[in-house]
Amino acid sequence: MTKQVQQLDRVIIRFAGDSGDGMQLTGDRFTSETAQFGNDLSTLPNFPAEIRAPAGTLPGVSSFQLHFADHDILTPGDAPNVLVAMNPAALKANVADLPRGADIIANTDEFTKRNLAKVGYAGNPLEDESLAEWRVHAVPLTSLTVRALEGFDVSKKDAERAKNMFALGLLSWLYHRPTEGTIKFLEAKFAKKPEIAKANIAAFQAGWNYGETTESFSVSYEVKPASLPPGVYRNISGNQALAYGLIAASVQSGLPLFLGSYPITPASDILHELSKHKRFGVRTFQAEDEIAGVGAALGAAFGGSLGVTTTSGPGVALKAETVGLAVTTELPLIVVDVQRAGPSTGMPTKTEQTDLLMAMFGRNGESPVPVLAAATPSDCFHMAVEAARIALKYRTPVMLLSDGYLANGSEPWRVPDPAELPDISIAFTTEPNGADGAYLPFKRDPETLARPWAVPGTAGLEHRIGGIEKADGTGNISYDPDNHDRMVRLRQAKIDGIDVPDLVVDDPDGDARVLVLGWGSTYGPIAAAVRRARRSGGKVAQAHLRHLNPLPGNTGDVLRSYDKVLLPEINLGQLAMLLRARFLVDVISYNRVRGLPFKAEELAAVIQDVIESD
Amino acid sequence: MTDISNGGLNGKGLALVPRTETAQTLKDFKSDQEVRWCPGCGDYAILAAVQSFLPELGLRRENIVFVSGIGCSSRFPYYLNTYGFHSIHGRAPAIATGLAASRPDLSVWVITGDGDALSIGGNHLIHALRRNVNLNILLFNNRIYGLTKGQYSPTSEIGKITKSTPMGSLDKPFNPISLAIGAEAGFVARTIDSDRKHLQGVLREAAAHRGASLVEIYQNCNIFNDGAFDALKDPATRDEITVKLEHGRPIVFGTGDNEKAVRLSRTGGVEVVRRSEVSDDEILVHDAHNPDPSAAFALSRLDDPAFEHVPIGVFRSIDRPSYDQLMNEQLQTATADKGRGSLGDLLLGGDTWRIG
Repeated sequence: MTKQVQQLDRVIIRFAGDSGDGMQLTGDRFTSETAQFGNDLSTLPNFPAEIRAPAGTLPGVSSFQLHFADHDILTPGDAPNVLVAMNPAALKANVADLPRGADIIANTDEFTKRNLAKVGYAGNPLEDESLAEWRVHAVPLTSLTVRALEGFDVSKKDAERAKNMFALGLLSWLYHRPTEGTIKFLEAKFAKKPEIAKANIAAFQAGWNYGETTESFSVSYEVKPASLPPGVYRNISGNQALAYGLIAASVQSGLPLFLGSYPITPASDILHELSKHKRFGVRTFQAEDEIAGVGAALGAAFGGSLGVTTTSGPGVALKAETVGLAVTTELPLIVVDVQRAGPSTGMPTKTEQTDLLMAMFGRNGESPVPVLAAATPSDCFHMAVEAARIALKYRTPVMLLSDGYLANGSEPWRVPDPAELPDISIAFTTEPNGADGAYLPFKRDPETLARPWAVPGTAGLEHRIGGIEKADGTGNISYDPDNHDRMVRLRQAKIDGIDVPDLVVDDPDGDARVLVLGWGSTYGPIAAAVRRARRSGGKVAQAHLRHLNPLPGNTGDVLRSYDKVLLPEINLGQLAMLLRARFLVDVISYNRVRGLPFKAEELAAVIQDVIESD
Repeated sequence: MTDISNGGLNGKGLALVPRTETAQTLKDFKSDQEVRWCPGCGDYAILAAVQSFLPELGLRRENIVFVSGIGCSSRFPYYLNTYGFHSIHGRAPAIATGLAASRPDLSVWVITGDGDALSIGGNHLIHALRRNVNLNILLFNNRIYGLTKGQYSPTSEIGKITKSTPMGSLDKPFNPISLAIGAEAGFVARTIDSDRKHLQGVLREAAAHRGASLVEIYQNCNIFNDGAFDALKDPATRDEITVKLEHGRPIVFGTGDNEKAVRLSRTGGVEVVRRSEVSDDEILVHDAHNPDPSAAFALSRLDDPAFEHVPIGVFRSIDRPSYDQLMNEQLQTATADKGRGSLGDLLLGGDTWRIG
């Protein structure tokens, strides 16, 4: 049977199932195949905080969305063209997101009376007219898998568990994905259980063959590779990029990396990744709590390491006092906040941009801290190096903001040559800097206002630092009113004076009167929305902040040179508040706090409204 | 600075800390800062004892670091001409952990008090002890909050009348020695501010121990809890109640007709009996090196708020690998297996593809 092959420029697939169905793994594998093939791509994993919520229920649904294209894309996509629903709960939780005409591949074996009732379906939607606006492919994935594995020495349970690989095989056929990578992956993953490896590979191939032979699928699709700038690429998630960025910062600074961290969603993968790289002299310390994590990092920094702590919002709250100590002792420290939905425990696996004001101000006293925010998953790499550069050059703690969307999302990344990376090394102080061989730990560099950094082991420079106010220069305890006023201002001036690149505005025609400004992970959805607006004739400029404190020097000028500034944020207007206070510019906020990234279509409509409104 | 990037260090006690070639005196360890404790405070005696003890170690001064939290005792680092870090309340063991784990070439001392170590910082203390981080933790126990002006502390006796407990405190106090042994600390000792010889002897053993050493120092706060340890200092009572623990020696104390001995009890603990009532081989011989902490724990329970008998000395001193040592070994093993990491190779790891 010869099947028709249709060309597409882009596809959005969502794999959805029970949290035990292996949907994240299936999505990861499809992503790897797609990256290997050379498409541009962007992913959005979405999973419950519960490790195994009750099977078959709506709270237990886990999904993985992947957008791939023959051109460069910016987001994981708004609405899936294909939904793989492993059970009724997965269908129910996701069907509302599907546009008319989308494909639904449903595992009919799970559409039992009991499972349907669990999620409130009165009848079987696969058999009535309720899904008429979509193309439904009813496939008994479980029983087909079990049948395909009849000759294998695996239990029925293990055979059933391979159904995700059957689904992956089917989708791989449907979109002409390469298969060698997945076979190699399965061989390696189950190296110690060769029978399981064989069974999973057989299920994967059976899925492919099923697509080839069944009449349920008459068409398959091709999405040509994208033409991206030349280079070597890999797929990378935000957390992995951030971990690599920290290692790169250690190499580029010549200082050993010390990570003090306490496990917390969605930041733990940075700890996991860094703990694998002891060959780089990386020390990872899983502390007894968040406070000990940052404390140990600061202690290591006092000893001359590149001290880092990684956490999410609740952890930043606990670390605040120690960050203040780093501010006043003027030691380099990197605090990574992978933001998640709050307040309190909030929604740990969902994304938000609600920690900006905490990062800026969440400490006692006048306690200025540089704040950076990564824009995309791969940008986490570069911002980690930038955070280290600032921390070391200015002897200050730096807050680096990521979020759940960047942390778990992935995209192809043109791998940089280490020779392209900046040299961020600094020199420890080894000689006295005062009269009569004295060492003045708070005698500042006149240009950067950074204090000298002499580490223990340096003879003749023995000194004491601490949280009590210090006399300018000597660092001795001081309660002098004028000295305190001077030190408060010096610490502020040091942070205000950090060299930050100018804000770059993208305005192809140069005549836009509306600027869309963003920060952090909204870069992709905003850029995609701006493209849409421009395609439909809208004049709109875009700029994105990666340095939030201090802001780029031209920020005020940029804001004032547009009639209107639109600022979408996944919070209730935190950056908008800062910009209004600082520049008296009445930015137009667009805020949604749903635990999910913005959709390009949603923002395109907002941009259009702003352009058209008076 | 010693190369700390790649582990590869082994040794005990102070073996990894560079030694000085020039003789040191007490003066070398005095900083230029005016000491500002209340006149008569027990901290002065401890400071003087430490300053006169440090030259004995023969270490390079620049490789010694004192880290403290918050409280009266935590001002200590300012008065020593070494590296020092006066940090925040309760967190000194955490900060010192990062320093000691990344710098095996340093002799790191933590100065803390009963409130700092056992209340706000209790969590960090027990974890530093169980990990056996290479720290000497000196816990100045005066059984009161001094710097906040006289509230009861986690070592105050039940019923303590203070500003915050006008009808008496309700909480049962911690016994720091029992707590440390419960956390399986490798080195646990108690001494007293007024007995310089004993204090310095304990410090000597603590410094020689690689890993976490917890030294409780009974320290008099003459403003808010004066005389808390008088029974241990008054010549009339001192020798009757002080149980000096010495490794390998039968545990006896008291004088003349009041001489007492310690033996194992039938309930699994230890008990104090009149010396005349027991034969020599019934008397418990102190074994500080016993890997089983049970006897050391039982001895710590002899202490009681009424001070009928108070053990001092080294309760427990056992060898086990220190945290920095184990961490360095992992770095060394990883590097030995596959060589030093290359950034280029790391970034190109996993599945890659070429465009153009």
